[in-house]
Amino acid sequence: MTETALPGDQSARRRMFFSAAKEAAGMPSLVLGASYVGFGSLVRESGIGLGLGLFSTLSAWALPGQVVLVELYGVGASLLVICLAVALTNARLMPMVITLMPLVHDPAVPRWRYYLYSHLVAVTAWAFSMRRCPDMPRPLRLPYFLGFAASLWIASLLGTALGFLLADSVPRSITLGLVFLNPIYFMLIFATDLRHRARAMALAFGAVLGPFFHTISHDWGLMFAGLIAGTVAFGGERLLRRRHV
Amino acid sequence: MSELSGPALSMPSLWLVVVLIAGAAATYVWRALGVALSGRIDPAGPVFEWVGCIAYGLLAALIARMIVMPVGPLEATDLGVRLVSAAVAVAAFYLARKSIFLGVTAGTLSLIGLTMAGVTLF
Repeated sequence: MTETALPGDQSARRRMFFSAAKEAAGMPSLVLGASYVGFGSLVRESGIGLGLGLFSTLSAWALPGQVVLVELYGVGASLLVICLAVALTNARLMPMVITLMPLVHDPAVPRWRYYLYSHLVAVTAWAFSMRRCPDMPRPLRLPYFLGFAASLWIASLLGTALGFLLADSVPRSITLGLVFLNPIYFMLIFATDLRHRARAMALAFGAVLGPFFHTISHDWGLMFAGLIAGTVAFGGERLLRRRHV
Repeated sequence: MSELSGPALSMPSLWLVVVLIAGAAATYVWRALGVALSGRIDPAGPVFEWVGCIAYGLLAALIARMIVMPVGPLEATDLGVRLVSAAVAVAAFYLARKSIFLGVTAGTLSLIGLTMAGVTLF
């Protein structure tokens, strides 16, 4: 325990934290920040205050779930439905944390702290850390992840505030464009990830079922569309694989 | 709701605070479980694949619904304009070698431009 707390080690960690924060402050922050500009505008246009919009980014910090929440709140869904839909959207965070933990784990850091740090696990910082950390000495991996994620977190908050303020001050048609940013952004994120066959099938089924189920129930429609699309895609892909297609 | 005085200044509605806290909890619980279960279960197993498929299906359903039948401000835009703008975003994305930034920019500008021009396709 004491050998990892040497002063030299501490300063190396601090340097890594800030260099990772600087790395993230470039393109990653720009892309994520811009997508949160869309969220900020959506928040404003849903009649939600700036403080609560920032609270959402601070406390949840997983954009898909935040958009699901605001949209379902907008159609007047019940708390149960909102919680279930957000939980289903964000369940992907668990395997992400599970795969990141052994990579960044530092025996010198008390275990309870990982419960705080895990709040910073979201797709961008996770993807960069998964790629970069294996080449680093173990004590520097956690500072890399934390610095990278902290920078993105700040960019997300700034983006939320900027989007909110922009929606208020630009002409109406531009505000509409900023709100439109939300579905477009996620659509293209998914377009980068079509090689995984089961997920690509889930996307296709979901896109067809989404509007259809919405007309049946504004409340439960989204969740059932997701459950059915995901389950049929998962099962269907296994069936195809068994037949060697 | 008391949004008339401007939502930035009005008292936050208690209901919305409850919803946001519940939503944050429904998000954090997965992160905490990830810490608790790391090293004990295989994240590449079929259960996680199924869960991943559901998340993808749910988000695709939401995206399609937001484009085809939006709730809120986008209702004021034309369905055809939204569909064309989504197609423009996809086209720009592939033309720009899968640049999400350029794709999103093109799609957003298309919606703004077509809406400003008062184009209605359907």
